[in-house]
Amino acid sequence: MCLLIRLVIKKLDRNWQACLHLSLPSEPGWRGGRGAGRAPAGGRQDGAAAVSARQQEMEKARPLWDNPVQFVFACISYAVGLGNVWRFPYLCQMYGGGGFLIPYFIMLIVEGMPLLYLELAVGQRMRQGSIGAWKIISPYLCGVGVASVVVSFFLSMYYNVINAWAFWYLFHSFQDPLPWATCPLNSNRTGYEEECEKTSSTQYFWYRQTLNISPSLETSGAVQWEQALCLTLAWLVVYLCILRGTESTGKVVYVTASLPYCVLIIYLIRGLTLHGAVNGLIYMFTPKLEQLSNPKAWISAATQIFFSLGLGFGSLIAFASYNEPSNNCERHAIIVSLINSATSIFASIVTFSIYGFKATFNYESCINRVILLLLNAFDLEEGSLTADNLNEMKDYLMAAHPQEYAQLLPQLKNCSLEAELDTAVQGTGLAFIVYSEAIKNMEVSQLYSVLYFVMLLMLGIGSMLGNTAAILTPLTDSKLIASRFPKEVISGVVCFVNCIIGLIFTMEAGNYWFDIFNDYAATLSLLLIVLVETIAVCYIYGLRRFEKDLHTMIGRKPNWYWKVMWAFASPLLIISLFIFYLTDYILTGTLQYQAWDATQGQLVTKDYPGYALAVIGLLVASSTMCIPLGALVTFVRKRLKRERVSTVA
Amino acid sequence: MLQVLLLTFSAVTIAHAELCKPDAQNAFKVRLSIKTALGDNAYAWDTNEEYLFKAMMAFSMRRYSSKTTTQISNVLLCNVTDRVSFWFVVTDSTKNTTVPGSEVEAAIRMNRNRINNAFLLSDKTLQFLKIPSTLAPPVEPSTPVWLIVFGVVLCLIVAGIVFLVVAGIQQRKKKNKESTERENLEEKGEATITIENGIPCETLDLKAGHINGVFSADDERFTSL
Repeated sequence: MCLLIRLVIKKLDRNWQACLHLSLPSEPGWRGGRGAGRAPAGGRQDGAAAVSARQQEMEKARPLWDNPVQFVFACISYAVGLGNVWRFPYLCQMYGGGGFLIPYFIMLIVEGMPLLYLELAVGQRMRQGSIGAWKIISPYLCGVGVASVVVSFFLSMYYNVINAWAFWYLFHSFQDPLPWATCPLNSNRTGYEEECEKTSSTQYFWYRQTLNISPSLETSGAVQWEQALCLTLAWLVVYLCILRGTESTGKVVYVTASLPYCVLIIYLIRGLTLHGAVNGLIYMFTPKLEQLSNPKAWISAATQIFFSLGLGFGSLIAFASYNEPSNNCERHAIIVSLINSATSIFASIVTFSIYGFKATFNYESCINRVILLLLNAFDLEEGSLTADNLNEMKDYLMAAHPQEYAQLLPQLKNCSLEAELDTAVQGTGLAFIVYSEAIKNMEVSQLYSVLYFVMLLMLGIGSMLGNTAAILTPLTDSKLIASRFPKEVISGVVCFVNCIIGLIFTMEAGNYWFDIFNDYAATLSLLLIVLVETIAVCYIYGLRRFEKDLHTMIGRKPNWYWKVMWAFASPLLIISLFIFYLTDYILTGTLQYQAWDATQGQLVTKDYPGYALAVIGLLVASSTMCIPLGALVTFVRKRLKRERVSTVA
Repeated sequence: MLQVLLLTFSAVTIAHAELCKPDAQNAFKVRLSIKTALGDNAYAWDTNEEYLFKAMMAFSMRRYSSKTTTQISNVLLCNVTDRVSFWFVVTDSTKNTTVPGSEVEAAIRMNRNRINNAFLLSDKTLQFLKIPSTLAPPVEPSTPVWLIVFGVVLCLIVAGIVFLVVAGIQQRKKKNKESTERENLEEKGEATITIENGIPCETLDLKAGHINGVFSADDERFTSL
């Protein structure tokens, strides 16, 4: 009886796979057997012989997500990353506050949703990682897949350093008081450290005690062992999550996708109840609509949508390839892009209430300092000077004691709330300096600090899962590597190599190299990759055929909105972005960076040395050149094969 | 007689006034911020408080150099302002000059805590302007706290990795054994099989046994065979 049941199940299995073959000609061998170029539409009639021959391949079936929710969570976890928290609020502030939402939403509709849907559909249809998927579309496009893998590789190299920093801050949050709350004392204990006096304690903690940054890129310094340890830990965590492929990743994304929202809600409630938070919110949401006429606002909106969704890395293709073929990726694309944008806005509300609190706190400290200075200089009674009567009293004192007042004048800063709110910060500066400064002034600061850095970690690890999936999926798809080594070994090797290379970013000059990678490794290359992807799907593979595939997968054809965006709007937008970036780079001339000057206690601008410029060029070239090189190699291979065939015949 | 007394009295006050004035030699300026420190419980600064201050200074001088007999009258205060701030000097009755500033400074440093507590103030709210206070060193535990937390997290992660890797190896061994068993069975097996029982193919998923494919199918979409 059991024997019979087992045989029944096996035959049912085989027949289901046969059904799959007959309804979706998606297996890799399908195109290869028909030669280059388009295969005839009648390829559905595979025949039983071909089916049974391919059964052996299908025995080792592709791993799948347990349910569509895991897939959505994986995409959300990947797309909602640190950029939503530290870049969008900055852009909002720079380009007109509430008014920035207008170009943002327009770009979401024109660029974000269509391109996301395109990538998910390609991945789900081809059921391969980026290299395999583009090879199926056209063998000349294997370079696009390789370029995606190269860019993902660069990204994973430097992105995990952020997780290392988050771990560092997290581990230091278990102290009372927080280590960045006060300056350390100098050697003879009469005052605070000189560098710390010139800047603030949070900046000192970041630049000196975390990074131990060198004054310029040329002075590399030694590897910081503390940071190296944290980086190793970060890579071990990533390895733990990707170890078993979708099996382990699928469970992890439940946590990495939902925990940041819990923390953001807690911070929203805490942030809105802070003293002075309203100032920040008013400042952010008052729309300055004249900024809409600034082309930079529109370009920043387009760029933000583009990079925030993580298009072009191959991660979305990889995630979608683990889907059931019938998964409704249209709905999921809309859901993911809307959630991503909503999270950006939500995070910026939290950020601006924190900004408001910090700015109000600093403003009030500044006022108190001025009051104390005046009280001490003129020996006035305590409490006679308050924030309200300060200006009148200043005028009175200026009239009554002009000489002493004139002596005091250079020290009397004009405290302004606007100036405090105007200090727009983005990137690691916002996440690690501004937020930690705000946290140290809250009550129960350890708790908020732990929550905040756990949230940063979840966001960072979620994005890392996508990045490593983009690298690993093509590797595990390729028969050459996957047959020889098990999945765990391949993942381990990738993590290990990335970790070793990542040690560069833990050196004293590491943050400067980080900025190079952050600014140049992915920007231009991604634009080119996505442009080629869109053109390939629309014009080389054919929009009609793509429509038919979608109809088979989802059950309905994409409507005119999707088609118009794919065929015209998105490619045009990407071309204009590309041209803008190129002209921007060419016009700025020498590239510069911000270096930390310990003697002054602030950032100064310096020029990149020659070898750094060479590295930048290499970064951009190594990924963009893959596309034409791939086409060239395929072309040469086909020529050789044809010649060999013709000589044989 | 009265005139002589008046003369000596005025001479003494003038002499005292000479000794204690702002920026005089060996004079120190003191600044108190009572309202900042105590808020609603702040006391008013009056002559009684000044008397206490003089007493504390005399006490400090006595404790520091135990041989001298400094009296309260040796401590002179002047220029008391509303802030509350004033200057003071410590005189030496034997020589009729002021005690050197270094001695006074050392005495105050030695007894700073007692002086602060007498006035319910701290180093920041009772300032001797020429005597900077040494700041308290931060409490440093022997092992930095962060290393402890790091160690805990590291152990957990490594344990998780080892567990998953070992489980994966075991699973693979079991699968290899099963597939060889199945192949043996197949060679012996026969061909009477039922297929399809009316079940659409797509509803069966590869993880047979976990999900009952019949009931989870989204039927409208799929073509059934």
